[in-house]
Parts: sequence; C-alpha cells; structure tokens
Amino acid sequence: MSVTHVDVRRGAYHDSVTLLQVSRTVADVDGVEAAQVAMATELNVEVLGSMGFDVPEGAGANDLVVAVRAADDAGVAAGIAAAESALAARSATQSGGFGDAPAPRTTAAAVRAGDADIALISVPGRFAAAEALDAIATGASVMLFSDNVPVEDEVRLKDAAAAADVLVMGPDCGTAVVSGVALGFANVVGAGPIGMVAASGTGAQQVMCLLDAAGVGISHCLGVGGRDLKNAVGARSTRQALAALAADPSTTSVVVVSKPPDEEVLTDLEAYAGGLGLPVRWATLGAGRPDLTSAVEALLEAEGHEVPQWPAWVADGDPAAGSVEGSLRGLFCGGTLADDSMLLAADALGDIRSNIPLRDDLALGADLRDDGHLVIDFGDDGLTQGRAHPMIDPTLRMERIAAEASDPTCGVLLLDLVLGHGAHQDPAGELADAIREAKHTARDGGRHLPVVVSVTGTESDPQGLTRTAETLAAAGASVFLSNRDATRHALSFLGSAR
Amino acid sequence: MTASTSTAANGGAAPLRGLLSAESPTVATAGVGLFADALRGQAVTVVEADWQPPMPGTEGDLARVLADTRRAEANATAYARMVAAGAELCDVKQAKDALGLERGTFLHAGPPIEWERMSGPLKGALIGAVLFEGLADNAEEAEKALAAGQFAFEPCHHRDAVGPMAGVVSPSMWMYGLRDEVHDAWSWCSLNEGLGKVLRYGAYGPEVVDRLHWMTDVLGPILQRSVRATGPFDIRSILAQMLQMGDEGHNRNRAGSLMLLRELLPGMITAKASSDDIAQAVRFSGANEHFFLNLGMPACKLATMAAHGVPGSSLVTTMARNGTDFGIRVSGTGDAWFTGPANTPQGLFLGDYGPDDANPDIGDSAITETAGIGGFAMAAAPAIVKFVGGDVPFALRATQTMYEITFGEHPMYQVPILDFRGTPTGIDVVSVVRTGILPQINTGMAGRVAGTGQVGAGLVTPPAECFPAALAALGRAVPA
Repeated sequence: MSVTHVDVRRGAYHDSVTLLQVSRTVADVDGVEAAQVAMATELNVEVLGSMGFDVPEGAGANDLVVAVRAADDAGVAAGIAAAESALAARSATQSGGFGDAPAPRTTAAAVRAGDADIALISVPGRFAAAEALDAIATGASVMLFSDNVPVEDEVRLKDAAAAADVLVMGPDCGTAVVSGVALGFANVVGAGPIGMVAASGTGAQQVMCLLDAAGVGISHCLGVGGRDLKNAVGARSTRQALAALAADPSTTSVVVVSKPPDEEVLTDLEAYAGGLGLPVRWATLGAGRPDLTSAVEALLEAEGHEVPQWPAWVADGDPAAGSVEGSLRGLFCGGTLADDSMLLAADALGDIRSNIPLRDDLALGADLRDDGHLVIDFGDDGLTQGRAHPMIDPTLRMERIAAEASDPTCGVLLLDLVLGHGAHQDPAGELADAIREAKHTARDGGRHLPVVVSVTGTESDPQGLTRTAETLAAAGASVFLSNRDATRHALSFLGSAR
Repeated sequence: MTASTSTAANGGAAPLRGLLSAESPTVATAGVGLFADALRGQAVTVVEADWQPPMPGTEGDLARVLADTRRAEANATAYARMVAAGAELCDVKQAKDALGLERGTFLHAGPPIEWERMSGPLKGALIGAVLFEGLADNAEEAEKALAAGQFAFEPCHHRDAVGPMAGVVSPSMWMYGLRDEVHDAWSWCSLNEGLGKVLRYGAYGPEVVDRLHWMTDVLGPILQRSVRATGPFDIRSILAQMLQMGDEGHNRNRAGSLMLLRELLPGMITAKASSDDIAQAVRFSGANEHFFLNLGMPACKLATMAAHGVPGSSLVTTMARNGTDFGIRVSGTGDAWFTGPANTPQGLFLGDYGPDDANPDIGDSAITETAGIGGFAMAAAPAIVKFVGGDVPFALRATQTMYEITFGEHPMYQVPILDFRGTPTGIDVVSVVRTGILPQINTGMAGRVAGTGQVGAGLVTPPAECFPAALAALGRAVPA
C-alpha cells in the first residue's frame, strides 16, 4: 500500500522549466513511485488529478504543489527532502551576502540593476507584455520568448520599441544571437559576415547550422517573432532589424528567414530591403518558394562559396523506395521545420493535415488524429499553454511517437531534433529509446517502420551533431542535417508519393 | 518607418542604441531560469529577476491601468510634488481653533469606522477623550454615550490631520500646525503624551486624563508661545538629519526629538509662564523619545497631501489603520478608501505581555512609510531591530526591497549605509500588485483590551487586498 503526500505552499512561485527539473529529480528518488512539483494552474491540477493526487480546493496559479507517492513514509520523506533541496539550490543562486541588495523582482528592475542591453523575458504569456513594456521604457531591447501574447500587444510593444530606438525580438521568439551571445535556443556557430533576421526560431537555427556546415559564420541573428511578417504586424521589427544590420560594419549581407509570410508584407519588405545598400536574401517559406536548404544553397552560391555535401547518416535495412503503404507522420518540435517539411511533402503527397495547416480546411481537430498524411507542431501556442516548450519537455511528442508505432496507417515517421544552448542536454538518448521502442512495436504489428530524423545542430553545440546523429542512427533511424533531405528521404519510402 | 527617420531619431548614432556594436551585451532575464544558466555558461553578465506572477485576479485591471497613457506623467507629477512639499512648524493651537472641531466631535486614526466595529484601544481612547472633555462623569457613562451615538466620529485624515495609534483628537487638545509653503497647505497633529499608559494606546485612567489636562493647561500654551516667538522650524531638515543619526522617523525618533527640543528650548525658556511650569514642560518634552513623531507625521502628511489628486496617478497617498481596518488612498482615485482587515504586528513585547495581548495594527503613523521614511528607511536605523524584532540584515533588506514598489528615491532623506541613497518614496499600487511585495511598516503595538496601553513594538504589512481594490478603481477611472 503506497503513501501519498500533497501539500500546497502559498505564494511560492517557480517557473515551469525549473519545476519540471525538480519533478524529475524527485521522481528519480529511490522508493518514490510518482511525483509532481508544479504550480497549481488549472492544467497542472488536472495532470495531478490524473496521477491520483488530490489538490486541496483554493490552490491557485501562484501556489506551489508538492505531490509525492511512495512505497512508504520514508520514501515520501525522501521525496519531499529532494524537492526541497532542489528548490533551495535554485534560489541559492539568488541570495547574496550581508547587506547585498535582494534580487530584482521585475524585468525593468533587473535591467536597471545591470544596466542591461537586452532583456530576455520568458514569463507566462499573459504577464509578458507588461514586463516587456517596462523593459522598453528602461531603454533595453527585448527578446520575448513568451508565447500566447495577443497580436495587439505585439503591435503596441513594437511601436513603443521603435519610438525608444530598441528592438523587440518576439513574442514567441526562440532564437537570437547578438554579437556571439546566444539567447534562448541557439546553436554554437562561428562568427562571420552573414546577418540574419528571423521570424522563426528553428528555421533560423536550421539556416545557421547549414551555414556552419558550409564553413560560413554569422554576425548576428535577430529574431523578430513568428508573426512579424504577417499583415497584422507589418514587419515592424524586421525593418528595424534590417536597418540595424545594414549599419553594422561586421555584416556584409543579410538573410531573412520566416515562416510563410503574408504576400503584401513580403512585397513591401523586399522594396524596403532594396534600398538598404547591402544584399538581402530570402528564406521565406511558402508555396512556390524555395525550402530552407535550397535558400541556403542559393545564398552560398551567390556569396561565392561551395555548396557542401550535407551531413547524413542513412539507416541500413529500411524498406525499398516506394514500397511502404500508409501515410507520412511528421512530429515536430520546431514550427518552421514543420512548415518546411510540409511544403516539400505537399508537392509529393498532396494535402497534409496539421495543427499549423497550409490551408485552413486542412486543420486537425483537437484530438490531432487523422488516418492520412499529417504533420504536427508540438511547439505551437495551442499545445504549450501551461506547459514548457517540447524542446524542454518532450512528453507529448514521446507519447505520440508511441501511438504512431501501433497505428497501422502510419507508414513513415519524420521527426526533428534541435540541439544547442537552451535545448535538452541529452535529447538523443531519450529519443533513441523511443525510436527503438517504436520500431519494435511496429515489428510486433507486422510492419517495418522507417524513422527519419532531421537534426539541427553543429559539432560545437554542447550535445554535438555527430554524437547525436550516431546515437539516433544506432537506434535504426536515418539522420540528416538538412531538413529538406530528411523530408525527401522520408517521402521516398511512400508508395503514394509522386 | 524608414532607415532615414530611424537615423534621424538617434542623431546619426548606431541604430538600436548601439546594440549590435556592444562588445559583449549584458542581459537581464525574467522567467525560465534555464536561459539565465545558458547565458552564464557563455560567460555573459546576467542579472536575473526573481519574477513572480502578480497578485491573483488582477490581470484585467493591470492591463487597463498599464495602458493608461496618463499614468507615467501623473506619477512623475505626484512624486515631484511629494518630495517638493515643505513642512515648517508654524503654530500650535487647540483643535477647535485649528480644525474648527466642534464639541462632541472626535477624530480618530485610520479609515472611517462605526463604534460597534472599533477595537479596544480606539474605544478606550474615545472614552478617555469624552472624560477629558468633561462630557461624562465616568468611564461607564462615557462608553454608554459613545455606544448610543451621542457623539460624531471622523478620521483625522478627513481634516488634513494625523494621529499616532488611536489618533483620537478632541476640540480642547493642542495640535502642532505645519505648513507647506510650496503648495500652500497646513497639516495638524496632536502633542505626544509620552510612553506607557497613554490615551493613544487606549488607556483612559485618571493619570491619563490628568496628563491631558496638564498638556492643555500648561504644555500647549508654552509650546505655542515658543513657536510663535522663535519659529518657524524646518521639520524636513530635522528628518533629513535624524536619518543620518540612526532614526527612521516612525519607531525611532531619538535624535529627532533632541534636535526638536534644541529648536524649541530657547522659546520655551523665555515663554511667559512660571519657572516651575517651564521646567516641567521641558522635562516632559525631553523625557519623551517619541516627542518628534508628532512633527514627523504631519510633515509626511503634507508631502502625501501634495501628491494627492493627480488624475491617473497610481501612487499611494495614505496608509492608515483604525485598529480594525487598514485603509489606503491613492492619488488618482480621490477620497475613496480601500480597506482590509488590519494585520497584527509581529515583534517584541514589553514586560509580561505576549502576542495574545496585541491589538491589530492601529494609527495614522504609517503616513511615514507612505512618504518614504519609517519602515522604508529601516536601513538607516539598524538599532531599531532591538525594539521591533528582526536582525540587521533584515533592516538593510527591508529598505532595499521597498525600492521595488516605489516610484523614486527621496532627494533629502538619505541612508548613509546605502551610500546615501535616497529613501524609497512614492508607493506605486501597480508595483505592489505586480511584485506582491507589501509595504514594510514599523509600528507600536497597543493592548487588545481598552485601557491597557502599549504592549510592544514590531513589524507589520497592510492586508494585500487593499491594493487590488485600489487597482480596480484606477482601472475604472481610465478614460475610455
């Protein structure tokens, strides 16, 4: 008979990523059967309930719940002790010595305390605009990682930023590199003359990693948020970023990376870029426009560089080309990588259903299920409310990989994996286990399931591109640095591909 | 926006304030700790905010108030007025002359309250004041008349006055009159009765009433003659000096009291009165280490009055307690009080008294914190922890934490140990709601039972709900 402990600590706030790590630490304690340390948000209370923990009435989003189930009282006590020491370790970095000022409590106070150039804001989306507005008023540029920020707030922030001559990178901006400093999720790439403006996080990472593989470095990568090239925002940040890069002596040419933009915005932007006095190239996804890899190849040729053979690790023993029944199942953490693959796959397969569909009528229902070809972006706003980004918390995608393995309509699995600063420290190990498991499940069901992984990373990343690829390859996956090549390889198995 | 206008905007300097030419940008972070760790891993200088969500249920009101385009300028105006306000001791008068206080009307500390809901010390002080005014023959009669509604009650704050603890003022009591020449305003506060069994702590025994009579007959007239002959005296200047001498102006007034006495003595000694009376008045004033509190409070009241009534301003202009409710008023929301149940202070007790003997928070003296001294200047008064509890690092932290919820740093009131940084001044309701940090108040503790007097001193905060309520009112006041 196990022992369950639930306690609520009023007003003890920690961010969701920290609590995810704390929960994992507690769950790993000997004798602990299940553990969850989380803020009592609606979603978390539901999750806790499904784990068999009853959260007392009245607990709210500002209250911390510590829930532990263990074989006996000693296990519960060990679990609570582990939670407390993990939480204390987190706050120990904050407290100082005698007479030291307490840690600043708002972004603006932190900017003032450090005379900071940039404020990196990743608070829950509904609180993000206030923090960002303050930081702008204090004279700092803002990288707004937070998602679920209303578009009217985005416009308000960007107008305030333009008036203050600072830049808003975001919202929902995952990646930026300013003078070699990687903010959020970013890969370790060399310095060089290419400036990047990115209305896309993983798209920018794919481009900088391909450039790195070709031996070309970047000066800066300025994120602008995934909606910047939409009509509602009108490229406000992109224009500011382009003007700044045009005036930057270390930048000789610029590439703009974007999820599918609105046509009018892109047309205006092209005209604007034409007057800046340096070459501006486009990796802006969309039907009839080049994929990310092809855009990088064009850039390399135009700059006089050779296009290299993109790194690839192709699995042995997969089914012959065109021999697989069933559909494409693309399960992505990176939204732009999902778009890139979807555009390529649509050419070969026709309509693809998605939670970020190319056309409205291709939208998936809330259950994200369909027997046909589908691509899911697990990093989309709709799937990250109340939980961390899948590059930090891969739970949902892992569950879906297992579900696809036993689904006879799944013909091939296409996955992405993004390395670099901010990402999971050892993402390949977990994913390799899931792939091995999936292949095994499919084999039990009488299918041979090819798995293809697009890995966005560099050799200098903390996780290492080759090391990661070899771990995945050992699990039977084919691995590609180029998202285009990964997608094409996945499509090659399908009999339905034209 | 084009490149040319953007260049014009920054006078030809590098765009984005030189962001791209920074050798190694410094980063402030708020939110996911992992990102700060990743930056430290790259040897980047990081300042991490200890960010927490705002008080629950305030998102809509915060959005409305933050979008109020008047607010930035309104707060700057209110703050500028607060720190510019003068405070000179110009006169000493009886309340009936100073405030036009009618016989049968009594002022009290804190927000408005009816007899039934009053706490022990406030009831006790009113009983004492009724006796002192000769409106009843004994305490039972006084209480019966008070309960029967025979007298009128009004907050001191409604008459531009302030009173420590119970803050009860009756028409015959003498009051210090302070004037703010900059904004042409007066504020008034009663004379301090000393420590122990005193009216302001709810005691009403014969010794209390007798002392009040002596103050009325002897002390008041001598002080009036002294001030009229040798005043006015700049109270702000004493406040500025005492903060550099280990006082915080609320619960520690030792240096301030001596400096005040130094100013008043020549006029007291030469006042037309018997030498016995003068000696007694000087001895009484010099023996009281809170002698200055009743000057510091109206000085702070003048500062907050000056800041009051600026449309759109979210700065707090009153914090006051009546022993039952804690109430705040805000510059941009007029005369409305936002109240919640007063907390009971945590601290140190006199003699055999303990936590069960303490009444909830009481008094107008939180006007000192409202104006940027008292608990907000605790770092200037490390010795105070021996009186209110806590330790010296706590005192240093308390002041430094208050900068998170205040608009500015007082140009005159400075804290030597913080390198003469100005005290945190101008509490912003929005900052309180966003950070969840409540104003730190140093206070005396009254006995729960009427007639007891002081039982200790300690630390207290307002009830949190005052601030979301004020924020909601600010939200409603935003022009459509």
